[in-house]
Amino acid sequence: MSGVPRVLWVPAALAWLLVAVPVAGLIVRVDLSNFFGLVTSPAALAALWLSLKTGLATMVCCLVLGGPLAIVLARSHLPGLPFIRSVVLLPLVLPPVVGGLTLLFLLGRTGPVGGFLYDRFDITVPFSTTAVVLAQTFVAMPFLVVSLEGSLRTAGERYEAVAATLGASPVTTLWRVTVPVVLPGLLSGSVLAFARALGEFGATITFAGSLQGTTRTLPLLIYLQSQDDIDGAVAMSLVLVVIAIVVIVVSRTRDLR
Amino acid sequence: MSRLDVDVTVVRGSFELDVSLEVASGDVVAVLGSNGTGKSTLLGALAGLHRPTRGEIVLGGRTLTSPTVAIPVHRRHVGLLSQQALLFPHLSALDNVAFGPRSTGAGRRVARATAERWLAEVDATELAGRRPAQLSGGQAQRVAIARALACEPELLLLDEPFAALDVDATPAVRSLLRRVVRATGVTTLMVTHDVLDAVVLADRIVVLDAGRIVESGTTTEVLTRPRSAFAARIAGLDLVPGRSSADGLVTGEGTVVAGTHPEPVDDGERAVALFAPASVAVFRDKPDGSPRTTLPVRLAAMEPHGELVRLRAATVDGGPGWVDGLAADVTPAAVAELGVEPGDQVWFAVKAAEVTVHPAGR
Repeated sequence: MSGVPRVLWVPAALAWLLVAVPVAGLIVRVDLSNFFGLVTSPAALAALWLSLKTGLATMVCCLVLGGPLAIVLARSHLPGLPFIRSVVLLPLVLPPVVGGLTLLFLLGRTGPVGGFLYDRFDITVPFSTTAVVLAQTFVAMPFLVVSLEGSLRTAGERYEAVAATLGASPVTTLWRVTVPVVLPGLLSGSVLAFARALGEFGATITFAGSLQGTTRTLPLLIYLQSQDDIDGAVAMSLVLVVIAIVVIVVSRTRDLR
Repeated sequence: MSRLDVDVTVVRGSFELDVSLEVASGDVVAVLGSNGTGKSTLLGALAGLHRPTRGEIVLGGRTLTSPTVAIPVHRRHVGLLSQQALLFPHLSALDNVAFGPRSTGAGRRVARATAERWLAEVDATELAGRRPAQLSGGQAQRVAIARALACEPELLLLDEPFAALDVDATPAVRSLLRRVVRATGVTTLMVTHDVLDAVVLADRIVVLDAGRIVESGTTTEVLTRPRSAFAARIAGLDLVPGRSSADGLVTGEGTVVAGTHPEPVDDGERAVALFAPASVAVFRDKPDGSPRTTLPVRLAAMEPHGELVRLRAATVDGGPGWVDGLAADVTPAAVAELGVEPGDQVWFAVKAAEVTVHPAGR
């Protein structure tokens, strides 16, 4: 550590404390005697189950849609690629509530797409579990796309070029060379997208509402309970902290290998 | 076995490559040239990266590329071995070699058997289970050779295949490549700036300069009697063809050129002795003493060569023909001291330690 100027130690310590102290405070604040009862209440279990289910569904959506998008961004020579990329990054800087509103305008019963779906197929998207997954995918997609595009660019096209000279078609090359080579980036991108989906609040509550068992995910339940039952909110928060730590540990150990 | 016919113009920015060359089925042609002369553009056109503005590339009767045709790379049957081995990092050596056969429709078991056969061919059977990260540069390049050939390409492209190897690893990999290329009889086009690669591997040499072929001929012709100043500069070596012997090399009529063997060569195998003109000493009378090869030559020409003077040799009456074109670089002071002029008979002498003997194309 001899190379680090001393003047940096103080702000560095403050930065770390800013994150660590509130989390530690949360753990101290947990009412251990009632903890089990609080986190296994029907409302809590329903929210946890819904969060995990929609989080996984979001991860799959990000992989199926964001994966190909990352490949197009990294490998194609489309004109206007910088524009396409900045649009993909928009949800990173946009307030999630605004994201939820845009989805609502598009897919609500009076929106251009939502109206069509309702009139033709009698499908209502907002305030359903599907809406939760859509809202989460909206905010989580850039995490997967950015992570995967970075891996693709780092890996370069050399291996793919070699595979072609060995007679592999573009599809064979994709599955047998590109995907395995960028697998670490694909995994960490998926984990990040899952984690982001798990913490999603603003877009979800705007676009999907807060109906127990259908759209009330853990963050929504925590917010609701923090209004009147602070112990329940704290216990639930601890569950999210633990899940977050597990996610970080899993993705970090993969990086280190 | 496929014949390659190239007659194309390829334009890239302000650079224009305009070449016409043929490679007979099973021949190995080396394309020599310094950087920016169009070597990589030529390779790119053959590999399918660049489309020509004129002409076509025909391999074994199939048009690979023309202004209107572009066969996708994976259907060209053109193998490529480049500087970096570029083994797929997630596959074992064996699976790397099996990749080509698998991708072109062979079943798992057949592909594996093919891969094992090719690994044995490049003396890498014991590396089968290793990951690329566990291989040295020379080992990785051997596996890459097996991988390129396991697809049974109709044309093999070699892009400076030894440029990234350790100096120590190069001779062994080079003679291995020579062996397997000869054994398979695959039509081969090699791009290199190292004359030695051409000497060991190629039947013919094509010299590129500024996008044009400035010279072409058999390896010996081009290297010993370069017609272009450019070829002379890149060749820049004295070369004596013959057959390998324990002491170095024996020429057709029995002259022994003493030298060392940096790579394994069997006695009696076709070989060339190489030495730098600067290592040749010139005498008026036959010298004796330390172990060296002495050759009687007639002085054909004297020309300035940087700070030195290059003396060109020609055959003496009744002497062997191969001394024609040998060069000796000596200081102007030494020339003055010798007091020789073109037409005089002199002796070229070169120490055994300065001479390397390599297996030769044909």
